Amino acid sequence: MSFAPVHMTIAPILIPLIAGALMLFFDERERRLKTVLSIGSIFSLLGVATSLLMTVHLNGEPLALVYLLGNWPAPVAINLVADRLASVMLVLTAALAFPAILYAMERWDKVGPHFHSLFQFLLVGLNGAFLTGDLFNLFVFFEVMLAASYGLVLHGGGPQRVRSGLHYIAVNLGASLIFLVGIAMVFGATGSLNMAEIALRAESLEGFARPALHVGLAMLGLAFLIKAGMWPLCHWLVPAYSAAAGPVAAVFAMLSKVGIYSLLRLALLLPGDGAAFGSRVIFIGGAVTLAFASIGLLASQSMKRASAYFILMSSGTLLAAFGISVPGGTAGALFYLLSSTLAVSAFFMLVELLEREQDAASGILAVTQEAYGDGEEVEEENQEVGQVMPSALAVLGVGFALLALVLIGLPPLSGFLAKLAILTAVLGPGAGDLGALGARRTVLAILLLVSGLVALVALSRMGIRTFWAPVEPFSPRVTVVEAAPILILLAMLVALALMAGPVMNLLLAAAEDLHHPARYLSAVLGAERVPPYAGGGQ
Amino acid sequence: MELVIAAAIGILTASGIWLILRSRTYQLVIGFALLAYAVNLFIFSMGRLRVNAPPVLNGSGPVDVTAYTDPLPQALVLTAIVISFATTALFLVVLIVSRGITGSDHVDGREG
Repeated sequence: MSFAPVHMTIAPILIPLIAGALMLFFDERERRLKTVLSIGSIFSLLGVATSLLMTVHLNGEPLALVYLLGNWPAPVAINLVADRLASVMLVLTAALAFPAILYAMERWDKVGPHFHSLFQFLLVGLNGAFLTGDLFNLFVFFEVMLAASYGLVLHGGGPQRVRSGLHYIAVNLGASLIFLVGIAMVFGATGSLNMAEIALRAESLEGFARPALHVGLAMLGLAFLIKAGMWPLCHWLVPAYSAAAGPVAAVFAMLSKVGIYSLLRLALLLPGDGAAFGSRVIFIGGAVTLAFASIGLLASQSMKRASAYFILMSSGTLLAAFGISVPGGTAGALFYLLSSTLAVSAFFMLVELLEREQDAASGILAVTQEAYGDGEEVEEENQEVGQVMPSALAVLGVGFALLALVLIGLPPLSGFLAKLAILTAVLGPGAGDLGALGARRTVLAILLLVSGLVALVALSRMGIRTFWAPVEPFSPRVTVVEAAPILILLAMLVALALMAGPVMNLLLAAAEDLHHPARYLSAVLGAERVPPYAGGGQ
Repeated sequence: MELVIAAAIGILTASGIWLILRSRTYQLVIGFALLAYAVNLFIFSMGRLRVNAPPVLNGSGPVDVTAYTDPLPQALVLTAIVISFATTALFLVVLIVSRGITGSDHVDGREG
């Protein structure tokens, strides 16, 4: 076959970039055209990501597809690396983007300019950050992602969004500067920006270069952890995410995972004493985040705030599980990442549908008015153009119950399987060899179970107050297009639970790759250049 | 040379941090601008400080790399300048919107 799949590695960046740029040429009134472009781009992304995943996972032999930009030789070129983990994240991003766009079609893409372009640029940043194997390029893609997210977080306007958006931007500007300092220190210590080359050179560093590298990496970790929302760096997250529009918050669930992904990638490339770099800090931070999110969840009076706390809870669980730093635990955490990201996204959209009605019905959960968009009453008058769904409350109620099962971690859905996988890795057979990590394992297991209980309490309370005993009975006017994304995400969660075996195998392989950086190094540094084009048919 | 650069970075960072801890949005913007300058200088210095050495290779024959300074940090600084410039501009827009909506230039949108 003449079609070289290695070129396809760059497609996840180019497709949304071209689609997003193309949309800028059209007037805002061409909404239908923009939506079609947007959905077309996301579907091709899904196709490309799936084929990358298939190629990398099933071929087995080259561990990763490595694309050398400009066809420069291996350590010099800025590279894109599609290995198992990166491909999984690409698939997840595309799978999440489609429901979000579908949901936005009904009303959110009308309330402000350039929604679809910003959304596509956000995808450029996300995909680029997952694919890149170069530290500075990672920074650039982070900035692309953040610049688009600044636009999206303010999408819809209103004082509430502007205020929390201002804080969001300020915190992320600070994080970007820390990121840059970290990059500069790593470069100063190793003389390279290629992650694989950094890992290779880190082993032979002498003198002052070694602590300099460690400080640089710690700065990078700090920037990633701000993004991921580790306590105490997480106080910007809840107001910003709960003020953002529904579909925006749904993709923002992915944004915090970028921080975790980058952290995982970098920490495991530079293992010290068999565990990931800084795994103790990551573990403690994750555990405290989990505890903080549990308390926050119980304390939150509005469902939107609660859903933002679910993001923190998922970040905390992931960080704590990665802090144990064993392949089984990492694989379980990756499964949890898939499951919780999909569930939290769906939850954000569901909550918006429910709270939209209750705003009018004087907000029974709202003890703090601050949690509500002050300027939202004006938009409330939006005429419903789509077909209103019959018995919407029943559909939303069932959706809520199923999502609650995933978020709490009750059988039979994927949340349970994810927690089971993590618990098996830390408590099951073979875990006894962990020795010194015993305390960490116990803490993780306890926190995981307690946070499930807390989620159960919080979600039951929410469900009862909303569906069973509302102060004023209400029947939400929900259109089919608005309910469909939630159902699609639920279907994905069910599929994830049904396909848990193959998915877990894939994630175990991904975790093994991560925990054996030598494979990544040989794949990236041994990447061969594409032979020059010799002319067709000769 | 080293002392001057180190002092410049230190003073810029200190002023920047002091400013971003203030409560007015404009001070925040200036603080971030100063911090960005400090970071740019820091990146620059990480390629080792050399005086009178060009970063761009000259000629096509074999070159003595010790006669040149590291070009990579200079390229990085250029990118970092552009990005921080763009994000600062965007931040300014949000600041003005916030001022317009809330009628206050406090970072929380209200005094207190």
